Amino acid sequence: MTTQIELSSGSAALATGMLLLAPLALAGVALINTGLGRSRSAAQAMLGSLAIVSAAILAFALVGAMFAAPAMEAGHSFHFFGKDWNWAGKGPWLFSGFPALPLRTQLGILFEFLAVALAALIPWGSGADRLRIAAGTSIAALLAAFPFPILAYWIWGGGWLGTLGSQFGLGVGFIDPGGAGSIHVLGGFAALAVIWITGSRRGKFPREGLSTAMPGHNAIYVLFGCVIALIGWMGFNLAGALLWLDANPERLAVVVINTLMAAAAAFAASFAVTRLRFGKPDASLCANGWLSGLVASSACAAAVTPLQSLFAGLVAGIATPLLVEVLELALSIDDPSGALTAHLASGLWGLLVAGVFSHHQGQLIAQLVGIATILGLVFPAVYLLLALLNRTVPFRVEPDGERIGMDLHELGGAAYPEFVVHRDDSYR
Amino acid sequence: MKYAGLAVMPTGFVLTLAALLLFPGPATRAVFILCGIAVEVLGFGVAIRGHMLSRGDFRS
Repeated sequence: MTTQIELSSGSAALATGMLLLAPLALAGVALINTGLGRSRSAAQAMLGSLAIVSAAILAFALVGAMFAAPAMEAGHSFHFFGKDWNWAGKGPWLFSGFPALPLRTQLGILFEFLAVALAALIPWGSGADRLRIAAGTSIAALLAAFPFPILAYWIWGGGWLGTLGSQFGLGVGFIDPGGAGSIHVLGGFAALAVIWITGSRRGKFPREGLSTAMPGHNAIYVLFGCVIALIGWMGFNLAGALLWLDANPERLAVVVINTLMAAAAAFAASFAVTRLRFGKPDASLCANGWLSGLVASSACAAAVTPLQSLFAGLVAGIATPLLVEVLELALSIDDPSGALTAHLASGLWGLLVAGVFSHHQGQLIAQLVGIATILGLVFPAVYLLLALLNRTVPFRVEPDGERIGMDLHELGGAAYPEFVVHRDDSYR
Repeated sequence: MKYAGLAVMPTGFVLTLAALLLFPGPATRAVFILCGIAVEVLGFGVAIRGHMLSRGDFRS
């Protein structure tokens, strides 16, 4: 997918500006994760988010960037069945010679720095109220060192998924300009692995009866996080369109409109579904719906029309509240932040939409190959890596830590010290 | 059971790769890629089932 055409100075300036907005996506996701957790873990959740971003950036700089290296030079590859299989980048250690690189490559690496930080934040929300900071940072470092850089290279760096078009005649190759696959689906699968390895929150699934409702402690954080995330998503989608799809300047306004359409349609759909289902709209599910629309737009905003983007958001928004219920009630999956629906399912849906509505011959097949790669190869590998990591850095906090709250247990002080802590009936 | 499901999933990926290499025709290639994804989904379903069977460990 990556070409060697150098960016014009205008495009480079615009991409730089958009990348400066992208950290707001991290801020939004961190706020959403914190708000959807309990009040007694709020400070730990926010501090953990910063620690995770730091760990991901350091691990990517020290290890991951060598494998990600977007089109820096010919990467590691082998020849099989008459095709070249580029499976990893071959970048220098710690960016030696970085200033001499083409502007596109430099900005591509900057994009990947922000992308890896966002991907690493996703499992942190799913492990809320029971995942230790040490475990969260170790997970982030592991994701940033190996699975993310390899997948990013395959998609953005000139790897085999990006060259499906030139090698196999499948459209323009696997497209994922905003990171629906490499950020959100990868992060979503890591979140699922964390949930399976860590287990549910104590009292979430009692021995008798249905699951216990554990609502987020601050809807304001969650909903404000959604607005902040929108700005960051626009940054990611626009920068991705410029860097990975060589989007024309006249196409850029459509990318922003598509991002807005997907988010708005998804929010409206989630609002309507929860209103019909529960009699009143549910704030956290509507927020998850909004996020689902944004995630779906990550894959398709630069590749579809506004009407198609609206359709993508609408389906994501309808599916989100229903899927949250299925995951919790039928599959016993305790996902406080809703990452599996908002990031994983919507990311997969967005990737599919980018193929369904493409006018390039074979694009849908290319998207399916990419989805099959992430589902069939990356997820089992990530689960195995995290299961091994859990043996050295236990993910779950001790029972006493969960009882008194992660703030007191890990930080020694609460986020809201002047508030009265209510008795938790789930511990009866 | 969870690990059995996870072990099946790469098989579906291999099927997808084989479809890319062995079938140049778009129709047969698409069918085999869908079969590969179906195998992956099957493995994923087994892994989810494995999680549900072990959920008693976390009930409190």
